[in-house]
Amino acid sequence: MAQAAVAKKKVEGTQDKLHVWPYLVRLEFLCAILTIVALTVWSIVIDAPLEEAANPTKTPNPSKAPWYFLGLQDILVYFDPWFAGVVAPVLIIVGLMLIPYLDVNPKGNGYYTYHERKVAIWVYCFGFLVLWIALIIMGVFLRGPGWNLFMPWQYWDPHKVVALVNVDLPYAFGVRTYNGAMLFGGVVILGYFAVGTAIYFFMERKALKSVGFLRMFLKIELLLIMVGIVIKIVLRLGFNIKYVWVTPWFNI
Amino acid sequence: MANKSPQIPSIAELMDKIKSGKIFSDIAKEITESQVWTSTFRHGYADTPRNRVLQIASNVWLHLHPVKIQRHALRIKFTWCMGGITFLLFLSTVVTGVILMFYYRPVGEYAYYDMKYLQYDVPFGMLMRNMHRWAAHAMVITVWLHMFRVFLTGSYKPPREFNWVIGVLLVTFTLLLSFTGYLLPWDQLAMWAVTVGTNMARATPFLGNEGPFAEYVGATPRYDVRALLIGGSLVGPPALLRFYVLHCIFIPLVAGALMIVHFWRIRKDGGISGPL
Ligand code: HEM
Repeated sequence: MAQAAVAKKKVEGTQDKLHVWPYLVRLEFLCAILTIVALTVWSIVIDAPLEEAANPTKTPNPSKAPWYFLGLQDILVYFDPWFAGVVAPVLIIVGLMLIPYLDVNPKGNGYYTYHERKVAIWVYCFGFLVLWIALIIMGVFLRGPGWNLFMPWQYWDPHKVVALVNVDLPYAFGVRTYNGAMLFGGVVILGYFAVGTAIYFFMERKALKSVGFLRMFLKIELLLIMVGIVIKIVLRLGFNIKYVWVTPWFNI
Repeated sequence: MANKSPQIPSIAELMDKIKSGKIFSDIAKEITESQVWTSTFRHGYADTPRNRVLQIASNVWLHLHPVKIQRHALRIKFTWCMGGITFLLFLSTVVTGVILMFYYRPVGEYAYYDMKYLQYDVPFGMLMRNMHRWAAHAMVITVWLHMFRVFLTGSYKPPREFNWVIGVLLVTFTLLLSFTGYLLPWDQLAMWAVTVGTNMARATPFLGNEGPFAEYVGATPRYDVRALLIGGSLVGPPALLRFYVLHCIFIPLVAGALMIVHFWRIRKDGGISGPL
């Protein structure tokens, strides 16, 4: 009896519809007024910047991309431009588009929940809040001349000298020949993806039937790339590693 | 006492009216029965269910909405209002942008001085420029927040997968709109930010002159994707013109078309998502 009452209430709850006029329209109207007022006040109080005329012979130091791209510009410290500037953005866009097709968890559709989709929320928040927003904040406020790190209270010294003591990973492991280093790096990178993929497929082997091979494969490769970026950052900051894999065509 | 004028109520009566809230309907009545009002609006609006539906269904602007929605979709806690605000900010940039276009010429010799002219000589020029720029920046932030809330409510799950894909295209085009506009003031900030940004295209695998495998394709500094984008090997007047056309015509049209599809799909997918 009590259960039936609860069930009935739920059905009623979802069928409870309101007229858009006036309930939604007046809310939109209010939101619009507040937004326009805020924008106008902001525009009266703060002027858009206009520096001196463009001068191709005078490069400012630091030269910064627009603030919303500073996360990517910061990745340039750790990766070559072909990855940080081209492949990473493409992967971000494609990866985001794939989210609905890779996340097959039917729960949490249309309401806030953390407990029913913990992994998804963690991955997105990490990517968005840490790899995107935090890097932007760092790029805007802490990156000074020479793209060196400065604390907010430090003077932006254009002549700050930072010792370049970075070495490549194979070198750190004692590999001294070029071909040997290339082989070593290749084994490390490809091994990372192979082992990561294998572990994932082994742990999730029961899901393979229902989720499908392609889904699981794309999901784990994208995750491994995201984690790989973090690993590379840690390797550089913590162990002064420049490249993991050096080849005649590209370096990672 | 007996000849008290009916127009002037006593203080006690007035307090009663204020306390009971009847004062509002009295004022409303006073206004809607005035000569000015009745001569302007030919008939009244009766608040009936039928009329509520007609207000939406027979209005070309409002019929973008369904006539009824679920109660939870109204809650600001649920949508954060971010999709709507993003759209409003987009419209603000369209309006202020058209005004700026009356004064701005995308030519190397003029562009920067047109900005100065806008700032110092055009009435409300500085305000228009500020509103355009800040609305564009705000739009980048609100579109990220909108995307964040759509993720947190799991609203990309079936049947809304495709609208999420459209959304990802929209966030990309929002950033490109902002980025192409960044060059137009033609000052140091503009030129070097865009130089840093477009330098990345040099490193495109196969297609950029410094990218991996470029030598097999034959890309050179004057003949690669970056040169295609900026019309030369450095950010100069041709880049200014290209970015202007992209910023004022091409990208807004594409983004506008995508928004139409986005809004259409929201309705076809059953309105704002909610617990099933
Ligand atoms: C120019 C950019 C955009 C505009 C103007 C826009 C506008 C809107 C509006 C007005 C809504 C109605 C509900 C709400 O306000 O939250 C909505 C819903 C939605 N948007 Fe966007 N949006 C934009 C970008 C995006 C992006 C970047 C994504 C995701 C990647 C996205 C995905 C969705 C989805 C899936 C819904 C349905 C939500 C639900 O049913 O709960 N949109 N959009």
